[in-house]
Amino acid sequence: MTALPAGSAAHAAFDVLAGSPVAAGTALDVLGTRHAYVTFALLLCIGLYMMIANPNLVKKVIGLNLFQTAIFLLFIASAYVEGGAIPIVYSGGEGPYVSPLPHVIVLTAIVVGVSLTAVALALCIRIYDEYGTLRVDTLRELLREEGSLPAGPGLPGGESSGEGGDGDD
Amino acid sequence: MTDVLLPLSIAVPIVAATLPLALGLRYEDVGWPVAAVTTLGLVGSAAAVALEVYTAGPFDHELGGYAPPIGIELVADELSAAVFLLVTLVSAATLVLSRAIGPRGNAFHSAYLLLTGGLVGVSLTGDLFNLFVFLEIVGLTTYALIAADRSGASAYASLKYLVVGTVGASLYLVGVGYVFLATGTLNMADVSVQIVEQAGYTDPLIRAGYAFIVVGFALKIALFPVHSWQPDAYQRAPDSVTTLVAALVSTASAYALIRVTYSVFTVDFLAANDAITTGVLLVAGVSILAGSGLAVMQSDLKRMFAYSSVAQFGMVAAAVGIADETALLGGVVHLVGHGLMKFGLFCGLALLAAGYGARRVEDLASLARDAPFASGALAVLGLSLVGIPPSVGFLGKWYVSLGAVRSAGATGGVVGIALAAVILASTLFTLAYVARVIEQLYFAGVDRGDAERGVADHGDAGGHADGPARDAGDAVADGGSGDATAPGTVPTAPLVVLVAAALVVVGLGFAGAGFESLLDPYLSEVFA
Repeated sequence: MTALPAGSAAHAAFDVLAGSPVAAGTALDVLGTRHAYVTFALLLCIGLYMMIANPNLVKKVIGLNLFQTAIFLLFIASAYVEGGAIPIVYSGGEGPYVSPLPHVIVLTAIVVGVSLTAVALALCIRIYDEYGTLRVDTLRELLREEGSLPAGPGLPGGESSGEGGDGDD
Repeated sequence: MTDVLLPLSIAVPIVAATLPLALGLRYEDVGWPVAAVTTLGLVGSAAAVALEVYTAGPFDHELGGYAPPIGIELVADELSAAVFLLVTLVSAATLVLSRAIGPRGNAFHSAYLLLTGGLVGVSLTGDLFNLFVFLEIVGLTTYALIAADRSGASAYASLKYLVVGTVGASLYLVGVGYVFLATGTLNMADVSVQIVEQAGYTDPLIRAGYAFIVVGFALKIALFPVHSWQPDAYQRAPDSVTTLVAALVSTASAYALIRVTYSVFTVDFLAANDAITTGVLLVAGVSILAGSGLAVMQSDLKRMFAYSSVAQFGMVAAAVGIADETALLGGVVHLVGHGLMKFGLFCGLALLAAGYGARRVEDLASLARDAPFASGALAVLGLSLVGIPPSVGFLGKWYVSLGAVRSAGATGGVVGIALAAVILASTLFTLAYVARVIEQLYFAGVDRGDAERGVADHGDAGGHADGPARDAGDAVADGGSGDATAPGTVPTAPLVVLVAAALVVVGLGFAGAGFESLLDPYLSEVFA
């Protein structure tokens, strides 16, 4: 397997985003022709934001799903070949085929994602049974009262500020 | 012939994971024997693989007979054999502990076997996407195991870990996606060739891919700014699970970081991208300091050593960033040594918690008189964590610092010197919290005479509820682990394992030359 044509497409998008000496007008071209990659970036950010900012645990899990779906989109978009046929051998024609490898990867990643969601929801159910709430702020108060979260200025808020900070290296 | 052991070592535990649940329908308590037999087999297989690797050199196995660039490959080289051996030995030892203090259910043993299979997979795979799958198998089973004691607090800690851990694995997958876009291949060895041929080390896709991969692993390893899931998860999990997770799960991710950095991106990539290397070193340095500093502030024992892991893995990450042969040797030694030390420490804490209900530093007061062996082993392991020679903890830190100073000498930069200073400072912090534990164990001056102990033990069941704030977590953890041990004693079999772990940690302190010669083929290949 050698370089995919889509790889060079992503290269072009990166050159523009990295501010290499391409005319500024091409930014619109990127939006027009590489919309899958733009959607990927948007979905990734929305999912991450939901996980950090939404106080509801189930919605955090939905954010997580969105985040993973964005990555599926990246792989699927990278597999696309202009005019390529479905990569099933007897689908007719000699022509170029869409790259099958990313499809297989996404299929596996979907299975992983489904099992993760199942575990996450099971944990949510147990938390709800125990505390009667799915809101993180209420939950933290309950946990603090119960004594199973360090009270005072221990380390609350570490989670969200930590997740926010991971983009910077 | 030996190469068949590689796929078997991954497949057998994963298939065997179905047995405790299936047989559990008919027989009671079938989980432990199944897990024990499987894990003993794995130890044997790991020993055979290690023997083959260290005498005859690395070998690989092509899954399904497809040749590597297309098919998936399993590789056993000097580095992965060491981690493979560590994983199987620690898993087997944990089984001795869980037999004594629980959990004992069939579901626990199924998850345990899946986790072991996943960890072996991480250490042996030679394919980037396959690594993601194994990381997720490890992650999923860890989330389930942490919540295994059925309390609300552990479910919350587990969910927090699940969200952060999945983001980490997903960011790794994004990074792999970028690298795949640039090179069109997923096989580690092939990617390292294709990066040069098709992209080059300064290609934005490759750079962004590596950045995503490092951030993803940082979340999984729990380096400083993104470590916050780890103390909760370690503290809330049942004691046996903490022992297993603290010793192996972050270790597997750190191994993956070393593997991907040096086998896929190679040293030349690090040399060509100063900004990325500096970023890694910065995160590592802050992680070392902050982890040690936060550990000093804790009074819950499990939390204390959880924060200590943040600092120790900072050292491994620093070894990755320094890109020096000696430093990388130190990183690998520290990776293995830290796994052993944390296994021993958490095992000792679990035994003291099971026997005496000790969960906070002040609960340890003068326990050395009642439990001399457990306390002695804890003290030895703690001193090894500080880095007092002769111990494996000293060896790792020594090589990392030496490599840092040497690289500073070679490039004339101050970064290496600063890093060595950071490691020294963190050693002092480590001494600060380990000394507190040892002081309580030996010099608290509390008279635990027979009469008093009778009173204390009487009160143990109910008396533990006297501080509700302090014991809420206690009651939960104790209830879940289903204590069979009588209060005031330490179960013998895990005690033997604990003392053996302490002896091994000290013994490996004399094996510096051995580590050097065993890992030399790998290191000289990486730094060729």
